[in-house]
Amino acid sequence: MTELRFDWLELAILAPLLGAIWTARIRDPDRARRHCLVFAGITLACAVAAWLDFHALHAPLAHDRWDALAMVFGGEVFVIDELSAPLLPLAALLYFMTILATLRTKVRRFSFSWALVSEAILLATLGCRAPWGVIALLAIGTIPPWIELRSRRKPTRVFALHMALFAGLTTAGWALFAGNAPGSTAALCGAGLLMAGVLIRCGVAPAHCWMTDLFEHASFGTALLFVTPIVGAYATVRLVLPIAPDWALRSIGLISLATAVYAAGMALVQREARRFFCYLFLSHSALVLVGLECLNPIGLTGGLCVWLSVGLSLAGFGLTLRAIESRTGRLSLAGYHGLYDHMPILGAFFLLTGLASIGFPGTIGFVGTELVVEGAVQVHPHVGIAVVIAAALNGIAVLHAFFRLFTGGRHVSSIPLRARLPERVAALALTALILAGGLFPQPGVSSRRRAAGEIMAARREWRGERGMSRRETASATILEQFHTDHGP
Amino acid sequence: MEWPRIEAMLGVYVVAAPAALLAFLGLSALFGARGGERLIARLTQAAVVSGLLAAIAILGLMLARDVRLVPIELGQWVAIPDLDSAHDFHFKLKFVFDRLSVPFVILSYVLCGTVGAFAGVYLHREPGHGRFFVLYALFLLGMIVTSVAGTIETLFAGWEMVGLSSALLVAFFHERPAPVRNGLRVWSVYRFSDAALLIAAVALHHATGEGDFQGLMGSGPWPAGHASLSPGAALFVGGLLLIAAAGKSALVPFSGWLPRAMEGPTPSSAIFYGALSVHLGAFLLLRVSPILELSPWLSAAVVALGLVTALYAAIAARVQTDIKTALAFASLTQVGIIVAEIGLGLRYVALAHIIGHACLRTLQLLRAPTLLHDYHQLENAIGGRLTHQPGWWERKVPEPIRLGLYRFALERGHLDALLNEYVARPFVAVFRTCDRLERRWTDWLAGGESRESDRVSPPHEGGDDLA
Repeated sequence: MTELRFDWLELAILAPLLGAIWTARIRDPDRARRHCLVFAGITLACAVAAWLDFHALHAPLAHDRWDALAMVFGGEVFVIDELSAPLLPLAALLYFMTILATLRTKVRRFSFSWALVSEAILLATLGCRAPWGVIALLAIGTIPPWIELRSRRKPTRVFALHMALFAGLTTAGWALFAGNAPGSTAALCGAGLLMAGVLIRCGVAPAHCWMTDLFEHASFGTALLFVTPIVGAYATVRLVLPIAPDWALRSIGLISLATAVYAAGMALVQREARRFFCYLFLSHSALVLVGLECLNPIGLTGGLCVWLSVGLSLAGFGLTLRAIESRTGRLSLAGYHGLYDHMPILGAFFLLTGLASIGFPGTIGFVGTELVVEGAVQVHPHVGIAVVIAAALNGIAVLHAFFRLFTGGRHVSSIPLRARLPERVAALALTALILAGGLFPQPGVSSRRRAAGEIMAARREWRGERGMSRRETASATILEQFHTDHGP
Repeated sequence: MEWPRIEAMLGVYVVAAPAALLAFLGLSALFGARGGERLIARLTQAAVVSGLLAAIAILGLMLARDVRLVPIELGQWVAIPDLDSAHDFHFKLKFVFDRLSVPFVILSYVLCGTVGAFAGVYLHREPGHGRFFVLYALFLLGMIVTSVAGTIETLFAGWEMVGLSSALLVAFFHERPAPVRNGLRVWSVYRFSDAALLIAAVALHHATGEGDFQGLMGSGPWPAGHASLSPGAALFVGGLLLIAAAGKSALVPFSGWLPRAMEGPTPSSAIFYGALSVHLGAFLLLRVSPILELSPWLSAAVVALGLVTALYAAIAARVQTDIKTALAFASLTQVGIIVAEIGLGLRYVALAHIIGHACLRTLQLLRAPTLLHDYHQLENAIGGRLTHQPGWWERKVPEPIRLGLYRFALERGHLDALLNEYVARPFVAVFRTCDRLERRWTDWLAGGESRESDRVSPPHEGGDDLA
């Protein structure tokens, strides 16, 4: 396997872990934030370096040069490939921006050391390709938010039940699938359990309530960082896509499509900003799944593009909401706040990121959304149109929220509410990425097309290697013929 | 230098001028830099005048060289070659200058330039002066891109820009809830029509394998092309395009947003809803007119929709009590007739009608704030009050019918009420029921009250935009 020029991956995972230990010792929250920011910056630099190094190698897969963990575990634990290469810096960027934009009013609520632990787990997840490793890291990744909920004396049952179910189903599913002959009933049951587990983690309806519950009770920053990297989609690519039969993927695609429309509709009727954001995000993450499960290069490329665009734009959107919340408290959408005159830059950024998420022309989401529509219509000629309906509803929801928060009245405040320098830096950096990705989309799309090619090749290779028993081949043929004739 | 090269450079400049204006105004707003009114006015003037001159130069070159079509291909903006199947994805950046786009571009520049100069004075020292010009630049760019779009995807991009800028300008006076509600209503209708346009674009891709208008409508310059679609496909795609056009041009049943749009400042009402934006649907139908030819049913639907809209707007216009709304409905009457002309295949008549109507309506709307002053002058000149003589139909039509028509006109055909009752309210009711079910489910899982958000109180009484 090709080697990176330096141990960027391990450094990117190690830096936040060290940072977590370091900041946990600091009592002063403001000082902890500054130190945390330094470690998050180092992590971001390492992740970007890994991406650039990988890009320069022109290889499909690479691992660290000295790979200390490989010496311990006896195999490549962390690798970088076309799929994970931009996801690593994206995840590190989200953490860096969130920590950067955390105001003094929030520093006592937001745990910086646990944020760095979560970052390390997330980067390790994105750098891992081995199924057991992905499952274990995804399960471990649910612990920091749970600890935060516990420490803030908030209800944890909804979140814990869903996450336990997710961890249990994926573990049992993969154990059954990998431990039995392909095509056997046990293996098929295993695949089913695995898919169910991953769908719970993705927040596909009706198993999405853990996400709304998390946004209700956790700090906004924690909830934002837990969901915006869309690791459920990563689990789908690594665990489900290679093994699932075509008809199963198409069925999951339809469920995701229904989730996208349902969540978009729910976003429109929410009366509180966090819940609105959660449904808006759910709708978009479901669109990512729709693209991934199209099983054609256009849809798959679109899904991967939307993954990046949603990660960037909705993280920016969420950070803006968080910035407003830190000034005014929890935000109701049942009335008009009229905040525009106090914070025009945040208003403009809110609108820009919201529009980018729905695929407005000139922003990073435009091409990805078009590709998902194309891909979905290729697979489901009539039902695929629902993607357009979901995008339309999301567009209305975004402007509805903008009007509710920034217009419709005059907010009276005795203190200045304008954006602080760190918030402006975060907003402008994300704006630059959103506009650059929108005006010059070809490099990003080409990279995602290569990743889509690799995913499809892995799927073909895996199915070829495992071979299909006569029974499985017959059942698969019958099912696929049935679904071709009658729809899934 | 060769003439095609000069034409290409001029064509690119036509689009680049408003794009540069938007980039400058938008980025300076985002960075919090406050440009003075004079600087904004000069930049706007420079962009509009230079873009207009470039468009006129292209027209001059086309006339001098007797060329009816100048395609400008800037290459692939996005291309995904697909080795596994026949479905490649290409997003071509292509602009076309032909007998349809050149008049529309020149019209857009002339009217936007006039309104830009007017707005500079009208909005002098308004708090939202800079914001108005950012949205103005976005609108201008959207109009130009839509006018010269050579592919349906490019047209869609411009179409969306026009929609967003229009909705935000309706909500320009955003310290009051009413303009904001109206802006959201406009945006909702636009999103619906945009969805129809996007589905039509995808359907065209699937039917013909491309989104290039030259490929879709035949190689001949507008209006000579012949589309290569089956009548069934033409009916489906054309139906979607008709929905898109109906949303953008406020045709029945979407007409309710047009009077609401008059909440915006007079310059934006004049340029967007009186002159340009309201004709964009008709422009789309003109651009895809070869598709309309393929299906007599589709053509009949276009004519019928146009006539119904014209009749509806003519009735509604008679009872409006404010000048901007009366002009909006008068405008809609003409748009309905233009759409009917397109359905009947009278393309040049429709194009001339659009240009004449847009210029007249802009003038009327810009004069609207001084209407009372004009009336006083007129009455002073004739030395008495203006009198109202009952018209022919007022004398002949029985009173119960007149009263019925009066109520119909006063309620604007109940179109808004119908949309509220049969679309918005059921939609909100269904999803609020789902929300309640979710609350019960999470309460049960949590073993108690699961929503902190219930305790969040609203800042003002805001009413309900959605229903």
